[in-house]
Amino acid sequence: MKYMLLVYGAEDAWTPEERQRCMEDSTALCHELQTKGQFLGASPLHSVTTATSISRRDGKRMITDGPFAETVEQLGGYFLIDVANLDEAIAIADRIPGGKKGTIEIRPILELDLPLPSPPVSAASNGTETETPVADEVPG
Amino acid sequence: MMEDLRATIDDIYRRESRRVFATLVRLIGDFDLAEEAMHEAFAAAMQGWPSDGLPANPRAWLVSTARFKAIDVIRRRTRFDASAEELARRYGSWTVDEPLDEQAIKDDQLRLIFTCCHPALSPQAQVALTLREVCGLTTEEIASAFLASPTTIAQRIVRGKAKIRDAGIPYQVPSQQDIPERLNSVLAVVYLVFNEGYFATSGESLTRQNLCAEAIRLGRLLLELLPDAEVSGLLALMLLSDSRRAARGTAAGDVVLLEDQDRSLWNRDQIEEGTRLVEAALASRRFGSYTIQAAISAVHAEAATAAETDWPQIVALYDALLRISPSPVVELNRAVAVAMRDGYEAGLPLIDSLLERGELADYPLAHAAQADLLRRLGRIDEASAAYQRAIAITKQEPQRRFLTKRLCELR
Repeated sequence: MKYMLLVYGAEDAWTPEERQRCMEDSTALCHELQTKGQFLGASPLHSVTTATSISRRDGKRMITDGPFAETVEQLGGYFLIDVANLDEAIAIADRIPGGKKGTIEIRPILELDLPLPSPPVSAASNGTETETPVADEVPG
Repeated sequence: MMEDLRATIDDIYRRESRRVFATLVRLIGDFDLAEEAMHEAFAAAMQGWPSDGLPANPRAWLVSTARFKAIDVIRRRTRFDASAEELARRYGSWTVDEPLDEQAIKDDQLRLIFTCCHPALSPQAQVALTLREVCGLTTEEIASAFLASPTTIAQRIVRGKAKIRDAGIPYQVPSQQDIPERLNSVLAVVYLVFNEGYFATSGESLTRQNLCAEAIRLGRLLLELLPDAEVSGLLALMLLSDSRRAARGTAAGDVVLLEDQDRSLWNRDQIEEGTRLVEAALASRRFGSYTIQAAISAVHAEAATAAETDWPQIVALYDALLRISPSPVVELNRAVAVAMRDGYEAGLPLIDSLLERGELADYPLAHAAQADLLRRLGRIDEASAAYQRAIAITKQEPQRRFLTKRLCELR
């Protein structure tokens, strides 16, 4: 089963050093998941101050600054994994560094019968060094 | 002969249906389909056994028959044209010739318990699913026991099963390292069921009162499946609490305090079994808070009269309980025990300072305990005020009647 692990936390809870360490540990976790064939994708997100929300009401488009919901804990990143069941997803979520100061929400992916385009071979093959925990290649 | 066989099938249904169900969920992978298939298998038994005779292994016959019934159901439901063999492969490879050994049956029952008590389900859903799927209570029985509408309970069960399916809650016994955490969740469900029954009053439905027996049955099953100190401890705690059932309330539904109870009404068999279980759990040195609470209950049980209670022992046990699971309620109980050991003047300041901290301000028993010590010390006006505070916040009718009676006796 595929699960989305959503990493929530207060953005100001981290010092720059802690944040750097968190990114490195998250990246290491991604590589470990990759060797087990459990990794589908992952990335941190820019601060919620960069969020833009768009909605459509009565045929009218609304663009607003900020996230959909104002909360203390903000969505800061995600992991997309493929494991056998919820217990395996919980075991992985428990190891996500972002959870040390926040909460990991585990959501099962709703699989559609409708065909989707296949994912790109690499999501971050721009050749530059990046701190973001993105795999070198996506399996399948 | 026909009647005999019918009675035998009824008996097999009572003893085996939940075990058959637990195995079927593993083989079929779906709660609803397993339930439906099991009932079809019992219907087939009713029809076939009178002429064919009782099979050598009824349980294995039922599992095998139900599995084929399930495959039939799937074939009827899906337009998908899979051969029977393909479906049989998908939905379990077990055949009637393979023995279903005791260990396999036990593992399936444990899987079912751990799945129904998975912490990813809400506590209410855990309780409803456990009573429905593990104990085999009907939705109506659970509703009547929990003073809820059948619709509410049915909804909890349906949503619970949907979450098990959609969130991928596995049908498995947790890994060794996860067992302590997951077992806590199971024990909490069992104790919740017990307490619902324990606080039922005589006027309430029999199913509600029978929840204690149901919880004790669950505790026994769990201990058989998973011998663990805390499982013994919880079973002991339930047995020792239940042993005082006949003495702890009047026919009119009034509360009788421990010290005023007629100890000849206590159930000696339950006390003996509970005490044995506590001692075993304590000896293992891997016990937790249920075992300590059971030990406290056992100390009360062994006192021939209230005056002979070993209060120093009880204070020591509360100290141990505070170390494992600190809470203001445990502190309150310890304070009362200190008052009984060292005198009312020694206990009262502990309760006063607990109440000043504010955490127990809305807890009627804290004010009642304070009132009781003030009463014993002859400080009538203060006792009266404390009883009034307790009465103002209590939500339980028997408790209100008891406190009001005490208040009236002061004057």
